[in-house]
Amino acid sequence: MKGCEIVVDALLREKVEVLFGYPGGSVMDIFDALYGAPIKFILTRHEQAAAHAADGYARATGKVGVCLATSGPGATNLVTGIATAAMDSVPLVALTGQVSTPMIGNDAFQEADIVGITRPITKHNYLVDSVDDLPRILKEAFVIAATGRPGPVLVDLPKDVLKAESSVPYPAAVELRGYKPTYEGHPQQIKRAAEEISKAKRPVMYVGGGAIISGADKQVTALAVKAGIPVTTTLMGLGSFPETHGLSLGMLGMHGTVYANYAIAEADLIIAIGARFDDRVTGKPSTFAPQARIIHIDIDPTSVHKNVKVDVPIVGDVKQVLRELVKIVTRCDDEAWLAKVEEWKRKHPLSYSRKDGKLKPQFVIEKLRELTGGDAIIATDVGQHQMWAGQYCKVVKPRTFLSSGGLGTMGYGFPAGIGAQAAFPKKLVVVISGDGSFQMNIQELTTAVNYALPVKVLILNNHYLGMVRQWQQLFYRKRYSSTCLARNITCPAICDGSGAKCPPYVPDFVKVAEAYGAVGIRVKTEREVVPALRDAFRTMKPVVVDFEVAHEENVFPMVPAGTSVKEMIEGVELV
Amino acid sequence: MKHTISVLVENRFGVLARVAGLFSGRGYNIDSLSVAETMDPTVSRMTIVAHGDTRVIEQITKQLNKLVNVIKVQEYAAGDSLERELVLVKVHTTAQARPEVMQIVTIFRGKIVDVGHTFVTVELTGTEDKVEALLDLLKPFGIKELVRTGRIAIARK
Repeated sequence: MKGCEIVVDALLREKVEVLFGYPGGSVMDIFDALYGAPIKFILTRHEQAAAHAADGYARATGKVGVCLATSGPGATNLVTGIATAAMDSVPLVALTGQVSTPMIGNDAFQEADIVGITRPITKHNYLVDSVDDLPRILKEAFVIAATGRPGPVLVDLPKDVLKAESSVPYPAAVELRGYKPTYEGHPQQIKRAAEEISKAKRPVMYVGGGAIISGADKQVTALAVKAGIPVTTTLMGLGSFPETHGLSLGMLGMHGTVYANYAIAEADLIIAIGARFDDRVTGKPSTFAPQARIIHIDIDPTSVHKNVKVDVPIVGDVKQVLRELVKIVTRCDDEAWLAKVEEWKRKHPLSYSRKDGKLKPQFVIEKLRELTGGDAIIATDVGQHQMWAGQYCKVVKPRTFLSSGGLGTMGYGFPAGIGAQAAFPKKLVVVISGDGSFQMNIQELTTAVNYALPVKVLILNNHYLGMVRQWQQLFYRKRYSSTCLARNITCPAICDGSGAKCPPYVPDFVKVAEAYGAVGIRVKTEREVVPALRDAFRTMKPVVVDFEVAHEENVFPMVPAGTSVKEMIEGVELV
Repeated sequence: MKHTISVLVENRFGVLARVAGLFSGRGYNIDSLSVAETMDPTVSRMTIVAHGDTRVIEQITKQLNKLVNVIKVQEYAAGDSLERELVLVKVHTTAQARPEVMQIVTIFRGKIVDVGHTFVTVELTGTEDKVEALLDLLKPFGIKELVRTGRIAIARK
């Protein structure tokens, strides 16, 4: 077989159903081998979107997502998508073309050292310099991407390697001397964890994306119910524990619920499960859970003791560890604690004001949640709308909330939704986006339309880069520097948004949707929200709903960056 | 505090870049690094000297272990290993000063490996302290050039 045929053969053997990508000179041989092959190819309109779509596919299914781009600019356009996947531990195989091996290093046309560029943002990467290595490398790429703590693996394929012949067979297994992920937790440590839990008076489970990746949602629930422990999840952990459950505290951290953050602040035991104590969760690490002993279950040893000192580390697969832990754990004597948590939930619910009669973004998400009952796959972009989605979607199932948590990539949501829709053509896929984020990959409307992927895009359009504007309002004396998306050349140099005569908003998202052959709907008032959502969900085409929401709504509660729960801004009335 | 970390890696291209990139990307400091093939030509050994508190060193070892091409990572505690450096130093030496330089070198069990009208070149292996001590004594004569390897280390047991 030729190298390019080995690539397609490997994809088939790895049961890759969908491939996202974009052709170019160096990968023409692969595209030639793909011609007529039994594999669905989705041509995005930008390589970045191919990487995000493969990522969305992977997050929604748990399988490895695959994207393909040419050398040079094709490969560098994947970079943001690869970094996004790396930060959120998404199994991704990125295949890139490369100039022929004799040309490498000569600054050839469309040459970029993509292996060098992506070294810090991949779990592992390869430059294939001999066609005989190709079957082994492709097998390793799929294994490394999907096992242990998953992550992106890039394979760089020089054009001459793709043209060369080899008879080396595709291996059934791999042998990697330096790669042996730990799945089984140490029994002694699990026993210690059970003892800690039995002694705890004020325990909290803090659950991250690792629980979803591991498929441990049932075990998370089993532990919470058996031991009687309230559960808070990170943004990445949404769906690992049903937010409709009585023990759920919703999301914690910078924009987490008041009660989740209070619970963490007063806990005497934190059970961290597949979470990594990210700064958006902990705020100032020294003030995070100051009274608590910490149990940390994670498959990645580097996550342990990285940001926070841990008392009982358990390195292993979350699902396997929890399965063992649930067997021996006993119910905590924490009735008083549960009552206290209940009281916090009653006193400090998530809230927003509807008094001013403006359409509020939170209202849109609440209605979305009511209509879908938590059944839809939600993909978000990054910013205020993402946090409102995290707060109000009340996620109940794993792999139904796709969001760029670690890297915080604007432009992620729409292509990720396309990837999820490609995986589940019959499911309702809703992208919650902002007017800033959506424009970062707006060209993918073509992809959605051409491949009949009926993704629904809800733009919470506030005419601002809302999250940055919120920070400017709170911490930069309302100096709205370059965050107004309506701003044009006629605007005064200084504008804080109040009473200004604003130019018309560009673009008109409804017309844009129509121009691409999608459906566009505009919503300006509360009472239009439900009918518009119903319309959108009934339409078998991609739909863009442009919600004209209140311009200066803020995300609350908010624990300002690098501070403690004591500094938490609770809500509207406090500002 | 300086730590010696011994790393067995697969002898593949790009491995050094991965290790170096890990240190620079995560803001760890390398004091020295030496690398060469082991008895098994598919495996190389890197000896890395790094400094940082216990937490940083723990992260360095774990992060190194996480690299797919890294087979084994060992951190040597003080006294656990034998450590050596090699230095070549070209010392400004007139005919009059030469005996004194040679005497110093003999005390350190170093070697004179080259000599000219105005210089001698000295070779010494030893611990970092020993190398420093020699250099300190040679400095007054005038050091024209100095080349030092990084530390290499082997476990005592």
